[in-house]
Amino acid sequence: MNRALIIAEHFQGKLNPSTAKCVSCVQAIGEVEIDIALLTADAGAVAAEAAALGGVRRVLVVERAENAEALAALQAPQLAALARGYTHLFGPSTTFGKDLMPRVAALLGVGQISDVMAVDSAFRFRRPVYASNAIVTVEAPAGSIVVATVRTASFQPAAAAGSAAAIERVQVEATLPTHTRFVSRSAANADRPDLQSAARVVSGGRALASAENFKLLYQLADALGAAVGASRAAVDAGYAANELQVGQTGKIIAPELYMALGISGAIQHLTGIKDARTIVAVNKDSEAPIFEVADIGLVGDLFQIVPELERLIRAAG
Amino acid sequence: MSPILVGIKRVIDYSVRVRVKPDGSGVVTDGVKMSINPFDEIALEEALRIKERNLASEVIAISIGPAEAQQQLRTALAMGADRALLVQVEAPVEPRTAAQVFLKLVQKHAPQLVILGKQAIDDDNGQTGQMLAALWERPQATYASKLVLEGARARVTREIDAGLETIEIDLPAVVTTDLRLNEPRYIKLPDIMKAKKKPLDVTTLAELGVAPVGLSIRVLKFEPPAVRSRGVMVKDAAELVAALKQRGVL
Repeated sequence: MNRALIIAEHFQGKLNPSTAKCVSCVQAIGEVEIDIALLTADAGAVAAEAAALGGVRRVLVVERAENAEALAALQAPQLAALARGYTHLFGPSTTFGKDLMPRVAALLGVGQISDVMAVDSAFRFRRPVYASNAIVTVEAPAGSIVVATVRTASFQPAAAAGSAAAIERVQVEATLPTHTRFVSRSAANADRPDLQSAARVVSGGRALASAENFKLLYQLADALGAAVGASRAAVDAGYAANELQVGQTGKIIAPELYMALGISGAIQHLTGIKDARTIVAVNKDSEAPIFEVADIGLVGDLFQIVPELERLIRAAG
Repeated sequence: MSPILVGIKRVIDYSVRVRVKPDGSGVVTDGVKMSINPFDEIALEEALRIKERNLASEVIAISIGPAEAQQQLRTALAMGADRALLVQVEAPVEPRTAAQVFLKLVQKHAPQLVILGKQAIDDDNGQTGQMLAALWERPQATYASKLVLEGARARVTREIDAGLETIEIDLPAVVTTDLRLNEPRYIKLPDIMKAKKKPLDVTTLAELGVAPVGLSIRVLKFEPPAVRSRGVMVKDAAELVAALKQRGVL
């Protein structure tokens, strides 16, 4: 029997969906008992949320004041102490998990498998390398704990359980450093989903022709509850901010829905979106390379099509 | 003042379309352009800016890789690093071995900062900085988009999924770079000439006293990713919305 521990990602009293996706990934190992570690200053409703995830046996709650903010240097020693006796320790491949998990792996004296996208067995996994231009199959040694991060775009969230898992409060013997202190946090676009983790993304290219015209995109994005992205060409032309750039040199994303509007589809852009579940392309040039990868394509004038899409989606919503 | 150590990894240039070898043993590297990992270039630029403000004694560029990685170290010297060290290895090392190497080097050089890329664009592991910080028992500030030194402390703004987070860390510490930290400088011709005279030492894992520890994660095979195929074409916005509904996306 495998025994897996998953670190819960949570913020402001809510469980991040990445935790449920980690549970799905770990369930794919088979023959596994799953516990969730919740490091927090105030367990509140989050423990119950984690306990409601299907397939979870126990939620281990470590409540201490130092856990008010998720700082890797403080959480890693606690997680390393909790991980004793487990065969697997998994966390999400979000900025939270990517920051924390390698620090824990080093404390445990093992390597880490980053960005698990498929599970072949309890010790064999597949993960993307070279910006998803190649997939490697890797094998962790049996006999030591497997530490991994889970590429959340590759897994559906675990369904809710019929009955809730047990919630246990645990004490962790770990001295926590004081060399790292939280100062502040600001949401880049508090009113709009984050581009990196959004389920839906509406992205614009050079064909939008001005920063003013980019507002069309924002209106469509609002109708969809989507984040806004841009091609490198649009960013270089000054139509959109740097942090909106999608592609190999910008953000590599894997939303449920990606709408490429007026984007021709340069290789470096396609590298950033190839793992999106559904790609929609609207372009006036029927020969644009974006249509080679689009699930749904529409040739036409985006200045007519985008407002109409917005109207239809609002009507449907 | 103390030095800053910077990691410089030799990787396939980001503009190259990477292809998997037919036998699945790796990716094609013959005749392929190699460069400094872009995030490492940002790390070096940041270190140079700190030194130019007279807040560091020197900038040491360190690479772990094949003999050919000397090319990338020469580039780092031309950008402005004071000296370079190649830890020459036959095969690529795991992040935790890389972290062990840097641990030996921080013990030797007592730097105020080690600045590394947030990840290398070849294996995309994103682990070395955090592992080094753990082994060194020092702070880590990953995905840095702003770094401000304040005496024995640093304030680092980090790019996180939810936006930006600022933390304060005591020095020495490990910082890993994100894209927006800075824009690396271009190299001028006279700098390339000057770089030829700067010291570039070569050492080995054995000389440093680093033995690959424990069991390792083995790469069994490489495969090309699943290819997306061309989907359906629709004729107007209404059909597009209908197609989205049919796929269950709306």
